[in-house]
Amino acid sequence: MCLAIPGKLTEISTDANGVRMGKANFGGIVKQVCLEYTPEVEMGDYVLVHVGFALSKVDEAEAARTYQALERMQQLTELDIPDVAEDGTEMLAPPSVNGKHPPDVSDLSDDQPASRVA
Amino acid sequence: MKYLDEYRDEKVAQKIVEEIKRTVSKPWVLMEVCGGQTHSIVKYGLDRMLPSEVELVHGPGCPVCVTSLEMIDKALEIARQPDVIFCSFGDMLRVPGSKDDLLILKSRGSDVRVVYSPIDCLKIARANPDKKVVFFAIGFETTAPGNAMAVWQAHQQGIKNFSVLVSHVLVPPAMASILQSPLNRVQGFLGPGHVCTVMGYREYEPIAARFQVPIVITGFEPIDILEGTLMTIRQLEAGKAEVENQYPRVVNRDGNRVAQDLVEKVFEVGDRKWRGVGSIPKSGYKLRYEFHQHDAERLFDVQEIDTQEPEICISGLVLRGVKKPHDCPAFGTLCNPEHPLGATMVSAEGACAAYYAYGRHLQQPAQPNGQPALAKAT
Repeated sequence: MCLAIPGKLTEISTDANGVRMGKANFGGIVKQVCLEYTPEVEMGDYVLVHVGFALSKVDEAEAARTYQALERMQQLTELDIPDVAEDGTEMLAPPSVNGKHPPDVSDLSDDQPASRVA
Repeated sequence: MKYLDEYRDEKVAQKIVEEIKRTVSKPWVLMEVCGGQTHSIVKYGLDRMLPSEVELVHGPGCPVCVTSLEMIDKALEIARQPDVIFCSFGDMLRVPGSKDDLLILKSRGSDVRVVYSPIDCLKIARANPDKKVVFFAIGFETTAPGNAMAVWQAHQQGIKNFSVLVSHVLVPPAMASILQSPLNRVQGFLGPGHVCTVMGYREYEPIAARFQVPIVITGFEPIDILEGTLMTIRQLEAGKAEVENQYPRVVNRDGNRVAQDLVEKVFEVGDRKWRGVGSIPKSGYKLRYEFHQHDAERLFDVQEIDTQEPEICISGLVLRGVKKPHDCPAFGTLCNPEHPLGATMVSAEGACAAYYAYGRHLQQPAQPNGQPALAKAT
């Protein structure tokens, strides 16, 4: 809840009430996200998502790095909570995040600088 | 997918620790104010890699932990009502009230639902027009945009059976409160990176200037935290007190203006009681008057509740960085994640739960200056 989880935008749409929504892929789990706060983002962008709201854009390497750090800290369990369908019921539970779903980031270059100080 | 090379991370970590050792000349106390940072520090044993002069204390950075007992009790009272669907982030379900918790109510038949996002509650409300759908709107600045949007959309769409029980807290006033306390030991802060994604870091500049403390906005990964520590120590040793940004790959000075605008439209700043700490002036959000038809506190007219905290629990002192979890006589014995006495033992972001999860209840409180190696991720 406190740390944002990075996901890759796979769908952008406007819902029946005119709200800019989308879907983001979080390491294999696809969830609904609200895009009202990030009007600039486009399909394929990586966004940091807090409780279902995209709040900033990050690059692919940062998305991968952050996702892995969260995974190691077992801070991805909120992704296991099912989305809610329009009829108010829970949608099918996504596959477990603790399973082997690699983040949808195809290539994290090995020479990404880990630090600017050292 | 290529996973990050932990070995490389460790080499970088050791380089930074060496640089901290070369830089530090006297004792300093630093506080992190993000539960994710606390978790990372304890998991990777970062505090034990640092030279003995540098002490890390853990701040009130876990929103679940600082939600006041009164508010938890109000949530329980509302959730008990038969015509209510009570929705919450999952972390809140096991937080002990004076009696019971939300999970116990759910097991007794109350309609308590865990949601991923507050916006999901709008769908539940539309689908259940004969029920009152209440969302427990807790959190720091990171969840405020989501909660504000849920209220805004309910207002725009005329969803009258949706309300929020607001218990929002804000980081900068809590930092100021810690610095003003006669018990304060904190000389520098690692600022909360993800909070600043939303808010930027302008509002930390007056605090750094007024209290003459360096504040370094820092990420939550081990290397980030060590680097933020080094930057803070450099400032302290040089007698500086500035806001610096260790996390520019995610945070900028202004934050997300679109989100801030809607938060400002829906919420206003008000006094807020923090669990274990007490009331801090202007340290939380409340709904603006225009949205009072979505304010669960008004709608349910929950009376002031006589609350009871376990006497033995020192979570208030832990949250202010005055004590460490293992200073508590109940830590790891009477109080553990299965039977938490205080909220800092419930959430993974709470200092007590993090200390317990990584086995510190089994060890004597270690002096810093231990082995400069990252504890292996499990």
